[in-house]
Amino acid sequence: MKLITAIVKPFKLDEIKSALEGQGINGLTVSEASGFGRQRGHTEVYRGAEYTVDLIPKVRVEILVDDADVDKVLDAIVAVAQTGRIGDGKVWVIPVEQVIRVRTGERGSAAL
Amino acid sequence: MPELNTGDTAWVLASAALVLLMTPGLAFFYGGMVRAKSVLNMMMMSFASIAVVSVLWVFYGYSLAFGNSGSPWYGSFELSGLSSVVNDLTANGAIYPIPVLAFAAFQLMFAVITPALISGAIADRAKFATWVVFVAIWVTVVYFPVAHWVFDFGGSDATGAGYLAGKGVLDFAGGTAVHINAGAAGLALALVLGKRVGFKKEPMRPHSLPLVLLGAGLLWFGWFGFNAGSALGANGTAAIAFLNTQVATAAALAGWLIVEKIRDGHPTSLGAASGAVAGLVAITPACAFVAPWAAVVIGLIAGILCALAVGLKYKFNYDDSLDVVGVHLVGGLWGTLSIGFFGTTAITSWGANGLLYGGGTELLIKQATGALTVLAYSFTVTLIIGFLLEKTIGFRISRDEEVEGVDLTSHAESAYEIDNRAGAGLGGILTSIRSEG
Repeated sequence: MKLITAIVKPFKLDEIKSALEGQGINGLTVSEASGFGRQRGHTEVYRGAEYTVDLIPKVRVEILVDDADVDKVLDAIVAVAQTGRIGDGKVWVIPVEQVIRVRTGERGSAAL
Repeated sequence: MPELNTGDTAWVLASAALVLLMTPGLAFFYGGMVRAKSVLNMMMMSFASIAVVSVLWVFYGYSLAFGNSGSPWYGSFELSGLSSVVNDLTANGAIYPIPVLAFAAFQLMFAVITPALISGAIADRAKFATWVVFVAIWVTVVYFPVAHWVFDFGGSDATGAGYLAGKGVLDFAGGTAVHINAGAAGLALALVLGKRVGFKKEPMRPHSLPLVLLGAGLLWFGWFGFNAGSALGANGTAAIAFLNTQVATAAALAGWLIVEKIRDGHPTSLGAASGAVAGLVAITPACAFVAPWAAVVIGLIAGILCALAVGLKYKFNYDDSLDVVGVHLVGGLWGTLSIGFFGTTAITSWGANGLLYGGGTELLIKQATGALTVLAYSFTVTLIIGFLLEKTIGFRISRDEEVEGVDLTSHAESAYEIDNRAGAGLGGILTSIRSEG
């Protein structure tokens, strides 16, 4: 099992959700995030005083998947999240040792 | 004694209500500019001024400003309580056939907004209780006397005219008494209280620019009462003051945006709101003494000048948080001096001719003297009051309170219910995901 974490532009969330449903994924976790990558922040000017805003608002989407599904889920996310402009975000995958469905106590792939 | 004129009375009463609206308008204008953690305190400083000054006005404020004492410096206590003048028509200059109480109500609103203007200089960091005490002391020893200097034209024989009014300094609606006065006091308090934690290091972005624009709009609307109402009658003087107020403000808004476009690359909404207020301030003393084309020039210069002046605090390192100095002091000075250039008796016969109308430098020098007198008096006395309050009951909240936010620590409230987990925005999306799952 793997945990896929995608940091993407907030307005892409709906499209990603639909794309994942198309891949048969029926659970995900979304949280608000902020940060910066190579695009850094942006500057804002108030009454002539310049402020650098470092942290850009993003959305973090987390999905637990079976090893076999990793590539197609990654492709689905990247396909819709990509605008080609700077600041599109990042997606990464890490291994997961164990997953338990709290309600039933099921473990492993059955709990996904 | 002339007979009461119902039209004039109606206009002055309506104007008084318009000027009252400026103070809540100012609260929005200032409130939007501070961070979300101190917006309530910012707005409360304006509302507290309404409460304190209105009460003092009845007991002795009006009397101290407009009571007949024979002195050019202050009024008297003879009208305390206001009950002795309930049926009188105003004798201020003896030409305005309106009830004394209509005049008193109108002038009260000026006394209310002037200390409220000062509060922008000390955003985020003042003890609320001390602010209330400050307002009471400040209006008593600064505003009421200065209003007497500027706005009291004396009785029918002009005895006891105020110091500046008697000298022929022209200030139609309060460039000196209101704006220079508040601006100089703001500078003094900014120095007494010191810089906010994180000044010039942390970003202190306005938390709600729509609130700032709302406030600027309310100020603009109310200002027609401030300026055109100062004619104290429904007449031609009110009309020229009204029109000049509109065109100067429009020009100043444009002027500020032009500076931003050239200097920073983007015209901003904060710049539009600030430019409008700068124009309103500058045209205030001049509105009944200059031609409409001159009002456009005065406004345009005010917008440009104030847009540049708001940068001074970074250069000289004082934290006039919301630019009371850059907008009200600078705008008030320019507006007061502008009459020395553009003033003409062709607009209002009891005005005077400035430099461009063959009046020489006489009026300009008078205007400069008047402006500097109020500036020096207000700055010095405010510095003393502020310093005494800081040393006795304390004027500044603690560092911890300031970092946590003065709304929470002084008022036990927060302006907005924002919860990252259950709030709006993402919350709505999450709900839709769950329902589809």
